[in-house]
Amino acid sequence: MADTSIILHEQQYQQIKAVLAKLSLDAASRVVFLVDKDGQQIAAHGDVGDIDTTSLASLAAGNVAATGGMAQLIGEKEFPTLSHEGERESIHICVIGRVLLVVVFDERSSLGLVKLRVKQVSNELAAIFEELKREAAKQRTDEAFFSEITDEDIDSLFS
Amino acid sequence: MTFINYASREINCKIVYYGPGLCGKTTNLQYIFDSTAPQAKGKLISLATETDRTLFFDFMPLELGTVRGFKTRFHLYTVPGQVFYDASRKLILKGVDGVVFVADSQEERMDANIESMYNLEENLQAQGYDLMAIPYVLQLNKRDLPNILSIEDLTAELQRKGEPVLEAVAATGVGVFDTLKAVAKQVLTELRKS
Repeated sequence: MADTSIILHEQQYQQIKAVLAKLSLDAASRVVFLVDKDGQQIAAHGDVGDIDTTSLASLAAGNVAATGGMAQLIGEKEFPTLSHEGERESIHICVIGRVLLVVVFDERSSLGLVKLRVKQVSNELAAIFEELKREAAKQRTDEAFFSEITDEDIDSLFS
Repeated sequence: MTFINYASREINCKIVYYGPGLCGKTTNLQYIFDSTAPQAKGKLISLATETDRTLFFDFMPLELGTVRGFKTRFHLYTVPGQVFYDASRKLILKGVDGVVFVADSQEERMDANIESMYNLEENLQAQGYDLMAIPYVLQLNKRDLPNILSIEDLTAELQRKGEPVLEAVAATGVGVFDTLKAVAKQVLTELRKS
């Protein structure tokens, strides 16, 4: 069965932002992103600067999906981490359940440090998303907001 | 898979353009990209071969406006149409909220349309979706070419479940936004139902 929607409320969003802020500091990274496996950016922290974060999220998900496909062809479930080292900037991606933690770092940090810090926060993020999943299942029936969207609301987007 | 962020008041949905090689999926996206105001769109990312054939996917984010205070953002993807890129196509369907099937109206491409349609059904199933249950529209593209089949014939052969059928000439933009509107509307209606 396909995954259900991710519904993020203020409290969890702030929790996630706090974890990313801590990771960004501890790993001496430039910027940290949390992206879902389908390519949608969930949260970011750090010096985003002129990085096109939406495109980065989509490409990171594509990257993980493609290497995951390769993993399965050779009998692995997935490759849980991916690292790309450039001359100045590097990227480390870690798969945590249905989300990806993407860390962009430069010479002020190192792959070893980033990997260590990412590992330390993985459980914390996994727990938040588990909680989110439980809440989504619980709230599904009482969420009235979207049922109030009218045909006129939808049409107005295209006018 | 829709992503709803109450904190930043955003709804994000994923729409995939599917269809046989050279049917005009990338052309649809390119037209949307070229005719959208800069503040409503992000970059158009094309992972293509040196000969401009889609290798993995094209992607562009598009902001349509707000619904009840929520920004609605659609992430538009195309798949590579060539038969041997099937593994990539399967991956791109992950988390899809709506599908546009772009059919090539030329007579000689009918078999390719049908093959791609079966492939779509199979790949959706592999990701846990049912074509009969997801937001879906059929676009009949290349209506300006001389050797095309009639709308009736194409519809009879390709329409699966009474989905909207739209005529298009993606290269000049005819029907491109109508197609997007038809699928986006279904996606939002689905969101309301759930």
